[in-house]
Amino acid sequence: MTKVAEFAIEYSQFLDPSGRATGALPDFARDAAALVPLYRAMVLTRRFDAKAIALQRTGRLGTFASSLGQEAVVVGLASAMKADDVLLPSYRETGAQLYRGVSLEELLVYWGGDERGSDFAGPRRDFPVSVPVASQCLHAVGVGYAMKLRREPGVAVCVCGDGATSNGAFYEAINCAGAWRVPAVFVVNNNQWAISLPRTVQTAAETLAQKAIAAGIPGVQVDGNDVIAVRHGVGEAIARARAGEGASVVEALTYRLSDHTTADDASRYRSPEAVSERWAADPIPRLRTFLAEAGVWSKAEEEQLIETINGEIEAAVERYLAARPQPPEAMFDYLYAELPRALAEQRAAVAASRGDDHD
Amino acid sequence: MTETTLVGAVTMALARAMAEDDAVVVLGEDVGVNGGVFRATQGLLERFGRERVLDTPLAELAIGGVAVGMAAAGLKPVAEIQFSGFIYPALDQIVSHASRLRNRTRGRLSCPMVLRAPCGGGIHAPEHHCESNEAMFAHMPGLRVVIPSSPQRAYGLLLAAIRDPDPVVFLEPARIYRAVKQEVADDGEALPLDTCFVLREGRDLTLITWGAMVKETLAAADALAAEAVSAEVIDVATLKPLDAETILASIEKTGRCVIVHEAALTGGFGAEIAARIAERGLLSLQAPLERVTGYDTIMPLPKLEHAYMPGEARILAAARRVLAFA
Repeated sequence: MTKVAEFAIEYSQFLDPSGRATGALPDFARDAAALVPLYRAMVLTRRFDAKAIALQRTGRLGTFASSLGQEAVVVGLASAMKADDVLLPSYRETGAQLYRGVSLEELLVYWGGDERGSDFAGPRRDFPVSVPVASQCLHAVGVGYAMKLRREPGVAVCVCGDGATSNGAFYEAINCAGAWRVPAVFVVNNNQWAISLPRTVQTAAETLAQKAIAAGIPGVQVDGNDVIAVRHGVGEAIARARAGEGASVVEALTYRLSDHTTADDASRYRSPEAVSERWAADPIPRLRTFLAEAGVWSKAEEEQLIETINGEIEAAVERYLAARPQPPEAMFDYLYAELPRALAEQRAAVAASRGDDHD
Repeated sequence: MTETTLVGAVTMALARAMAEDDAVVVLGEDVGVNGGVFRATQGLLERFGRERVLDTPLAELAIGGVAVGMAAAGLKPVAEIQFSGFIYPALDQIVSHASRLRNRTRGRLSCPMVLRAPCGGGIHAPEHHCESNEAMFAHMPGLRVVIPSSPQRAYGLLLAAIRDPDPVVFLEPARIYRAVKQEVADDGEALPLDTCFVLREGRDLTLITWGAMVKETLAAADALAAEAVSAEVIDVATLKPLDAETILASIEKTGRCVIVHEAALTGGFGAEIAARIAERGLLSLQAPLERVTGYDTIMPLPKLEHAYMPGEARILAAARRVLAFA
C-alpha cells in the first residue's frame, strides 16, 4: 500500500471566549482601536436583528432569518473584503450586507416583501439574498471567472450555511472553482443547524472545511465567534484569490442562537438548555471585553453606541413604514429589459385593477 | 454566402458573436478541444482561446449556475447542455435565478445568457437524448424560448438571442442539424425574436409548428397543394413570449387549424396556442382544431421511435379531417 494523499485541517482562534488573546494577533488586530468599527458593526447587526424580529412579530415585516450569535462571521468576512470584491450572500448575512453599505432601510424593504430592497445603492455589484440553499455558490464561480477574464483584481466572496455543504451545488461550485483557479472564497457559516438537522447528522465528514480538499482547494476552520479569526481566515483566502492562487473554503464554527427564521420554532427540536450553554461563547461580549481591557472601549462609549444605533434603526423603520408600495403593475416592469408585446395586455389589466382582484 | 447546415449556422453565429463582442464566452461539456459532440463549437477554441471557450466539468447544474454568475458580472455566456435530456439539473438555476435576477433586483443586475441544447428525437440516440421539453421552459416567466427550424433562422435567431439582454433558452432540433443545407450570409444580421415566421402563405388551413416538425409540416402543405388546398405554415420560432397576433391573423383568414409538435400532448405548447385561439379566434374557426403531437408516453428507445414521432401522414390526416368538417 502506498499513501497517495493526506490532509490536515487547521483551526484558528485568536480570542478565547473570555476575550483574552490566545497568542500573537494578526497585523490588522495589533492596534485594538482598529477593531472598534467591527465591534460597532456587530452590535448594529444584533440590534437590527432584534428590531426585525419585533417588526415581524407585530405584522410589520415578512419572514426574517436571524443571525443571532453569528455576528462575528458576517462582520468578519465583510471586513476582509474590498469595495470591488463581490459578496454573494445567503439569507443570513444581514451584518455583512450592512457592513458593505446596504442600508438599514433597504434591508427592511427587502424583508418587508418588496423587490426594491435588493436594488441597493451601496455595493451595486453585490448579489441579492439567495434563498435556494447553495445555489449562490455557483454564481460566485461565474463572477470570479468574469473578473479573472477581465483581469480585474476583485474576488467573489460567497457565504452559505453548514446545510448547504450537503447540497450538490456547493460541491459543483468548489470543484469548478478549483479546476479553473477562480478568485473566489466560499465561507461556510457553520451554525450547527440546517433548520432542525444538527451538524452531526448532516454528514459523516469530520469537518466541513475538508470538503475543499476533494475539490483540490484549501479549506480551513476558524472560530466563527472570534471576529479576529474570521477576518484573518477570510482575509488570507481573499489574498490568495487576489494573487491568482485560486479559491478556498473557510468554515466558521459558530452557533445559531435563534430559530431558523421567524417561521420556525426551534424548541421542537432542541432544548433551551443546549442553547443557553452556547451563550457563553457569544461573540459580542468576547470582543467587548478584549477592547475594554485594551483600553479602547468604555461603558460611556457603549451607551453612546447603543443610543446612536437605536436612533439609526428607528429612523430607518420610520422611513420603511412610511414608504409607498410599488404600483401593482411593477411586477411586470423588470421581467425583461423591455416589456414584450405579449405582456402588454396583462400589465394593462393589472394597472387598471389597482392591484385588487377584478372582474 | 456560404452553404451550410443548421449546426453549421449555429457555429457561424457563435463565431460571429464572439468576434464582435469580447464579453461573449462559450462554456459546456466537450465544447473546447472536441468542438462539441455535435461539432457546434468546432473551431472556436482555436480562434478565441481557452478563456473564452471553456470546457466544463460534467456538471449541468454548474453550467447553469456559473453562466448566471458570469452574466450578472457582465459577460454574455452561451452555455451548451449536451442534450436537452440532461438539462434538468440546470433547471434550478434557470428557473430560480436566470429568469429572476433582473426582476429580483429591480434591474440592478441582469442575466444576458443563452442556454443552448440540442432537442428532440429521430436521431436513434440512447435514453434521455431525445427530449422535447420546450413547454417546461415556456411556462416559466422571465425566459425567452427559441427554437430554429432552418440554417438561416438558426443563424439569425441565435445572434439575436446572444445580443438579447435577458436569458434565452435556445433549443436546436438535433434531427435537422444536418438535414438540409441552405445559403447563409455571415453578415451579422439577426432575425427578430418574439415573432412567428409565416413560411408559406395559404387561404384554406393554418398549420402551426416549430423546430424539426417544420420539415414534415411543409411536406404536408406541399401534398395538400397537390390537392388544390392552400395551407399556411407558421413557424412559431419564439415560443415565449408568444406572437399570438400572427397566429390569430392567420386563423381569421383560414378558419381551420392544425398544431404540430413532437413533444407529448398534455400540457404541450400546442395547448397554449389552442387556448389562445379558443379565447380570441373561436368565432373565426370553421372546424375544431386538431393537435398532431407526440403521445403522452415516455419517448421510446430507437426501435419504436418512428411510432412516436408525428410524421407527414398524421399531419395530412388531421388536416383532411379539419378541412372536411362542415
